[in-house]
Amino acid sequence: MAKPAKVLLNVPAIKADFPILQRKVHDRRLVYLDSAATSQKPKQVIDATSDFYARYNANVHRAIYELGEEATREYEGAREKIAAFIRAKSPNEIVFTKSTTESLNVVAYGYGLKGKLQPGDEIVGTVMEHHSNHVPWHFVKDHKGAVLKYVDVTDEGTLRMEQYDDLLTKRTKIVTVALCSNVLGTINPVKEIAKRAHEVGAVCVVDAAQAAPHMPIDVQDLDVDFLAFSGHKMLGPTGIGVLYGKPEALEATEPLLGGGEMIREVHLGRASWNDVPYRFEGGTPNIAGAIGLGVAVDYLTKLGMDAVRAHEMEVTQYALEKFERLKGVKTYGPKDVKKKAGVLAFTIDNAHPHDVASILDVEGICVRSGHHCAQPLMERFDLPATARASFYVYNDLEDVDALVAGIKRVQEVFA
Amino acid sequence: MPATYDLYQDQILDHYKHPRNKGPLPDATLNARDSNPLCGDEVILHLNLDGSHQVSEVRFEGQGCAISQASASILTTMLKGLPRADVEALNQDALLKKLGIPLSVVRLKCALLSHHVLRLALGDKKTDRA
Repeated sequence: MAKPAKVLLNVPAIKADFPILQRKVHDRRLVYLDSAATSQKPKQVIDATSDFYARYNANVHRAIYELGEEATREYEGAREKIAAFIRAKSPNEIVFTKSTTESLNVVAYGYGLKGKLQPGDEIVGTVMEHHSNHVPWHFVKDHKGAVLKYVDVTDEGTLRMEQYDDLLTKRTKIVTVALCSNVLGTINPVKEIAKRAHEVGAVCVVDAAQAAPHMPIDVQDLDVDFLAFSGHKMLGPTGIGVLYGKPEALEATEPLLGGGEMIREVHLGRASWNDVPYRFEGGTPNIAGAIGLGVAVDYLTKLGMDAVRAHEMEVTQYALEKFERLKGVKTYGPKDVKKKAGVLAFTIDNAHPHDVASILDVEGICVRSGHHCAQPLMERFDLPATARASFYVYNDLEDVDALVAGIKRVQEVFA
Repeated sequence: MPATYDLYQDQILDHYKHPRNKGPLPDATLNARDSNPLCGDEVILHLNLDGSHQVSEVRFEGQGCAISQASASILTTMLKGLPRADVEALNQDALLKKLGIPLSVVRLKCALLSHHVLRLALGDKKTDRA
């Protein structure tokens, strides 16, 4: 590339919003490239959560007094913001959970295990899923006798879409897929997959943990039945997640947690349930987390999700071009940034990914190493582990340059 | 190279790049294998004792990060010729001292995998993966 790509976000201003990015690690500038694991938090989010505890901490939906009303207003306000963020029809389609993992388990348990599925009914997943979108379905297989089938990936790391022709049958009841792979960065054609699922009468369950933080999502356009994501990967606090569901899909789902909030009436030995989405929110929820996530959504909305996506495409394109010129370094997943999010898995000849991460750490650079909770995908590519750099709104081309310089240090150590 | 590269001292890199006693030992009497589920590091240890219960032959196989593999290589050099009682008595600290590098909690698991496999080979079922 002749000249650096134009960066679409004002990254220096964004970096200034993130207190952690002002610190040093091993006396170096912190270069945080592990947002696919968890993102950093802007001061607006940190302030919003502490503000809740400092000014209006009270339980939601029950307290009659002013503090409780404020807490409920902010908590429900966050639900509205999140509904708008993914273009849901109504806030009632938004369930707060603790994580993507919990959201997917709620569906696997309540729609799969305790819902409509019969023994022999089929669930079609893919080999590129995160463990969180594998293991809950194993439960449905083990305890309900469901049959699990998987769509393979091409060597480039895209789904072999033609396999849906054979895998989808009248027995298919659930089709599940990640909107974006946490290893390859592949963005999957979920709208088409949902359409195919509906043609055989199945529901489409989407793991959007890696997508919701990084690209615009329109659940009505995608026409998916369930969609799960986490707050902490999108500038929000840990311990707060979201399950979107179409009203009829949520109505057909049994609650996982019994307790407070999720009930209408309780008598000795029996209870009736609250309406959705509250039916799925047994126990005092993560109120501060939900409010913090609402502010994270405000922050992202202000940047504009189209701009966020365009920015990450630029950074990823720059990284791919730089990596292309590094001898002895291999990257995985699509090379076309139109098909890829800002996730870059790579290996370096003669250096184990853990050693790569250790040496980069000395340089102040945070990358992930390991199997990225996607062992079936790693097996598919015959890889024990990879290193992974992932980009977000606070990363710029300078961060990519730091990574490339760090990789050269790794190669010096293991030359 | 800055001093903070403490982890990758010459001894570690030397044992990683040029492992000692590496390969199979088909007639070994004591064998064990384990892997670190977090990172996939794998160590297999083979030991033979002679008539006077001394380690006559020791080999390791495996794959993984420099720390885990160098640790296994260094461990084999510590074991050769040792009476069984001394092998039994060889604790984690002895190996860590020999490695001589500062280890975080996560990398400690890499460094001690070979010791854990040694304990397995000796028949210790309660050995801790560190």
